[in-house]
Amino acid sequence: MRGNFAKITKILSAGVVAAGLLASASAKAAEDTIKVGILHSLSGTMAISETTLKDVMLMLIDEQNAKGGLLGKKLEAVVVDPASNWPLFAEKARELISKDKVAAVFGCWTSVSRKSVLPVFSELDNILFYPVQYEGEESERNVFYTGAAPNQQAIPAVDYLMSADGGSVKRWVLEGTDYVYPRTTNKILEAYLKAKGVPAEDIMVNYTPFGFSDWQTEVSAIKKFGSAGKKTAVVSTVNGDANVPFYKELGNQGIKAEDIPVMAFSVGEEELAGLDTGPLVGHLAAWNYFESVDTPENKKFIDNWHKFIKNDKRTTNDPMEAHYIGFNMWVKAVEKAGTTDPDKVIDAMVGVSVPNLTGGYSTMMPNHHITKPVLIGEIQADGQFETVSQTPGLVMGDEWSDYLPDSKDLISDWRAPLSCGNFNVKTGKCGGKGTN
Amino acid sequence: MASRPWTLPGRVSRPARARSSKPSFTQFRTENRFTLFLELLEKNRLNTTMMMLRTIGLMLLLTMASLLPSQAGEADLRATVGKFAAATGFSATEAVVRELAASGDPSVERPLSALADGNLYIRKADTQVFVGKEAGEGVELLDPLNGEKVADAVKADLTKIKVNNGLRRIIRDALGTLTLRAKDTSVRLAAAATMFKTPDAANMEPLDAAIAAETDTAVKAMFEQARAASVLVSDKPEADKLTAISVIAVRGDRDALSLLTSAEANAQGAVKEAATAAIGQINSTLALWDAGQNIWYGISLGSVLLLAAIGLAITFGVMGVINMAHGEMVMLGAYTTFVVQQVIRTSFPGLFDWSLVIALPLAFLVAALVGLAIERGIIRFLYGRPLETLLATWGVSLILQQAVRTIFGPTNQEVGNPSWMSGSFDIGQLAITWNRLWILVFALLLFGVLLYVMKRTPWGLQMRAVTANRRMAASMGIKTPWVDALTFALGSGIAGIAGVALSQIDNVSPNLGRGYIIDSFMVVVFGGVGNLWGTLVGAFSLGIVNKVLEPYAGAVLGKIVVLVLIILFIQKRPRGLFALKGRAVEA
Repeated sequence: MRGNFAKITKILSAGVVAAGLLASASAKAAEDTIKVGILHSLSGTMAISETTLKDVMLMLIDEQNAKGGLLGKKLEAVVVDPASNWPLFAEKARELISKDKVAAVFGCWTSVSRKSVLPVFSELDNILFYPVQYEGEESERNVFYTGAAPNQQAIPAVDYLMSADGGSVKRWVLEGTDYVYPRTTNKILEAYLKAKGVPAEDIMVNYTPFGFSDWQTEVSAIKKFGSAGKKTAVVSTVNGDANVPFYKELGNQGIKAEDIPVMAFSVGEEELAGLDTGPLVGHLAAWNYFESVDTPENKKFIDNWHKFIKNDKRTTNDPMEAHYIGFNMWVKAVEKAGTTDPDKVIDAMVGVSVPNLTGGYSTMMPNHHITKPVLIGEIQADGQFETVSQTPGLVMGDEWSDYLPDSKDLISDWRAPLSCGNFNVKTGKCGGKGTN
Repeated sequence: MASRPWTLPGRVSRPARARSSKPSFTQFRTENRFTLFLELLEKNRLNTTMMMLRTIGLMLLLTMASLLPSQAGEADLRATVGKFAAATGFSATEAVVRELAASGDPSVERPLSALADGNLYIRKADTQVFVGKEAGEGVELLDPLNGEKVADAVKADLTKIKVNNGLRRIIRDALGTLTLRAKDTSVRLAAAATMFKTPDAANMEPLDAAIAAETDTAVKAMFEQARAASVLVSDKPEADKLTAISVIAVRGDRDALSLLTSAEANAQGAVKEAATAAIGQINSTLALWDAGQNIWYGISLGSVLLLAAIGLAITFGVMGVINMAHGEMVMLGAYTTFVVQQVIRTSFPGLFDWSLVIALPLAFLVAALVGLAIERGIIRFLYGRPLETLLATWGVSLILQQAVRTIFGPTNQEVGNPSWMSGSFDIGQLAITWNRLWILVFALLLFGVLLYVMKRTPWGLQMRAVTANRRMAASMGIKTPWVDALTFALGSGIAGIAGVALSQIDNVSPNLGRGYIIDSFMVVVFGGVGNLWGTLVGAFSLGIVNKVLEPYAGAVLGKIVVLVLIILFIQKRPRGLFALKGRAVEA
């Protein structure tokens, strides 16, 4: 009996020693490099968009290492595949932070995937850089939003269409895919349009399911809505795969951009790559970056991208620029803080300013959103966008929309002493009401 | 429309017939135009739609140049075109466009249409304006007025003059007025259509002249409608406007409705009443056409569903294999089309219109071979174990998707529409797109062929025998394993062919098949497992119900309603619309 016990103790202690050795070994490895997590779907429906972002992160990390790394250490990318499966995003995020001990994570595309990882990041206190334009109504201490908030994309786009240059549009179709981003954006836009004096009968809102492919009824409804003798435009928050059949149907039914322009918020160079853009010339998109922007920084970025991916036909797009900005901001903040400790880096991030690809500087604001210019582009026959309008200055991301009753009194400021993501200026309390 | 700020004063004061002719000059220019015309014809093959417009414009130039030589001196025009170089911003460019259009000279057609197509450039070195023509890596610079080749350049030395939708619209209107007397009837019709959509009181005079000279009755009618539209926005007396409204109301289409609605809003008294009455009348006819349109959309959706489901009707319906990789067979067919088009684009550009015909047998072969491999490799070990088959084929579908993603990349691939599948035509107020019509024809043909194979060939007989009673068939000397394998390959191959057609209307991405698998099962189960006619009727009835519901319930709710209806229907008739009867079914 006693012998047995001794044996067990021995085995156990050997195990503990071995485990300790292993732990110290991995701790040693961790000291040599700084790990950066990449949380983008490489399979499933979102792979079409997210794979590119994984590649661009690998490129940026390579470039940083070629410059000598960070804090005297090399950067090491840890790539995981959440497979377009929202709960898996949370699991993989936990794995990256707890097991791989990454210093920061760059990832997510859809809002639902971001929402599913939020609790993980606040629980384990790490950093997420989110590179995609989104619906706003959120500000988290652990998340930095490098994509556009609605006021950095949707509102300026509508303003452009209302202007004389954009065709003085009087009648609006808000066409979207049925999920949180289009629904919230359209809610904001509807409130905004009504505030601008557009009567309710001149606004048509319509939603279609994900991956919708038979657009005949919708396009003919748009045609019908557009024949009321007033200049009509479509504001499209149609997402991903559904765009190609949508544009094909527009082209086939002969809806010309000169008559009914379509302004899209989710169509970039990458989406147009699968399309013959000849019939689509003149339809619009609003982004903070276009591949066609003519600046030395952008030219260098595109050249590097083509070299890295070994294909000079691959396009660049807005979320790629967002990762470019986010990564450079993180590098700068780590250098400023002198450590990769997430807590210290989060505090160091606010106020960091790095060059963007459109010839200016983007700055991280206290609400964890960045400043960006807003560009309106028209689709060209070669599948690129040509900028037809640009905001005169940089636009600051506004997380809580001023046009929604539930969020108009909220602000976010993560600097001490306020340190709050939803401070209600009316009641003077942190923890106001948001619409989610 | 009424607020259109711009008129073309130059044209109005200068009736076309009053122009004097200078034969020698005209002759010289005509020759140049002819060589250019040939050049443009060459280009036309590469870029059909855009270039067609230009060619038509040029034909017109040829005719007009011989009839009415330019009045504004060429030097003046040249100076005006040169102003593009100094114009910064869209409003400045717009001013130059208006000046050019106001000259009324037909030769401004070239720089204006080049501008609209984004082909007008400024040479950085000497700020001269040229029409650019892509030539390999560089750009050929052509004279903006006579189109002669001036020099070669590279893109970096040139600044493109930017245009936006507003400018394009203005150019289109300007070209519309310039092309009223074109020789080609289709150009004149297009000009009339443009002028109808953008009415302007200043359009009346040129239209009057054009109506007087017109011989073609159809074109004449269009001109009269365009004139009526212009009368509505002019300050003509009430009686004229009332006649105009009745002329427009005859059209009965959405453009007429649009025009009348804005006229109604701006008018008073009798004109307003007449407009309201006309609108009511048009609306009631359009309501009927709308119903017809919904049915057509339903038939079209039904044909897509039929295409997607018809292969499954064989693998699942006849063989009883729950094949979750069916969608991926469709995807393989679509990718085969993409590869075929790539090869044609690089090696045989002249064959592009035939690409789909060439892709059909190849897509069938590729998908059938993959299907054969799946059957021989996996499914034959799992007959009679539906759950395992489901899981195994699901796995196969993931493997195929990821394989395609690794080979071709995760992004969409561009599959072009051949010219005979682009655009649309009208039957009354019903716009029918060519690609949808061809897909319908193709789906029905495919169904017919399949029906023939199943019912009239020895192979089809063996297939049905094995399905009905496997042991009996085996004892009659039929090699059932091979019949199974070939049937599965046939079903897969048909799915591949469907992929060729679906590549015309959907994304060609690794996820293509995902979108169709649920719909396909729905159609087969609803129609009745094991019955091809059931699949046909199932596909079309689901398509029509879906499309008739959609305008009222919206796409999301419409789909939900259809699913609920199917669930209820399956509760009532578990075997679907056309149930197979007999002992075999129970086994």
